[in-house]
Amino acid sequence: MADLVVGKDKCGEQRLVSLPLSRIRVIMKSSPEVSSINQEALVLTAKATELFVQYLATYSYRHGSGKEKKALTYSDLSHTAEESETFQFLADILPKKILASKYLKMLKEKREDDEEEENDNNGDSDDDEAES
Amino acid sequence: MAERPEDLNLPNAVITRIIKEALPDGVNISKEARSAISRAASVFVLYATSCANNFAMKGKRKTLNASDVLSAMEEMEFQRFVTPLKEALEAYRREQKGKKEASEQKKKDKDKKTDSEEPDKSRDEDNDEDEERLEEEEQNEEEEVDN
Repeated sequence: MADLVVGKDKCGEQRLVSLPLSRIRVIMKSSPEVSSINQEALVLTAKATELFVQYLATYSYRHGSGKEKKALTYSDLSHTAEESETFQFLADILPKKILASKYLKMLKEKREDDEEEENDNNGDSDDDEAES
Repeated sequence: MAERPEDLNLPNAVITRIIKEALPDGVNISKEARSAISRAASVFVLYATSCANNFAMKGKRKTLNASDVLSAMEEMEFQRFVTPLKEALEAYRREQKGKKEASEQKKKDKDKKTDSEEPDKSRDEDNDEDEERLEEEEQNEEEEVDN
């Protein structure tokens, strides 16, 4: 457990937190409702973020397909965001990737659907008014 | 204070190191994966902050404290972090106490040169005063950074 609590820096010395507190504070304060943050809360948030990074990486590696290739890939991560309830909050920023050709096809199909709808509507009235 | 987009990111080198230390030796991490984890970490901070802030508001406090962060972790279903975080908090408090005592000692040594020796009974009172001072210092820190 002690290994989780302290990390080692370049000199091999034990340090409580590796992430820069100043940067963590900037991110925290970008949240509009937050007035002030006590130093302990800042340290704990930084530490929690490190634990989170470790957890996300190891979970994605274990559950992802990159394991055979001894690699951690983006798709391992987006897979995690989609499948795991704990990491659901990441689903929007780690979307699954699809082939460009597939996406273009989807766009085309949607456009055809929209046009079809418009044609049906135009047939109902003689007006040239645009549909709202 | 306006934040530039890059300020909301965490340093790549540190993120990479944390990932490497967590994964087995020899595992490659694609650049995309690294960048994705970094973004995820920033989002995590925001989510945790917002959640912790709710607990602070419930307690009618304007300042986020350690227990708010711990409650947030449970709320977010990261209970597994609670024990290591509590240990980190203890270690941090010990460290702070050590620093305080070291500077107190320095001050006492300095005072001894000029004043006569004071009885040890006064130590308890000193601790209370120092706690207040520490809080003030924290607030001062807040004000400075906000500029």
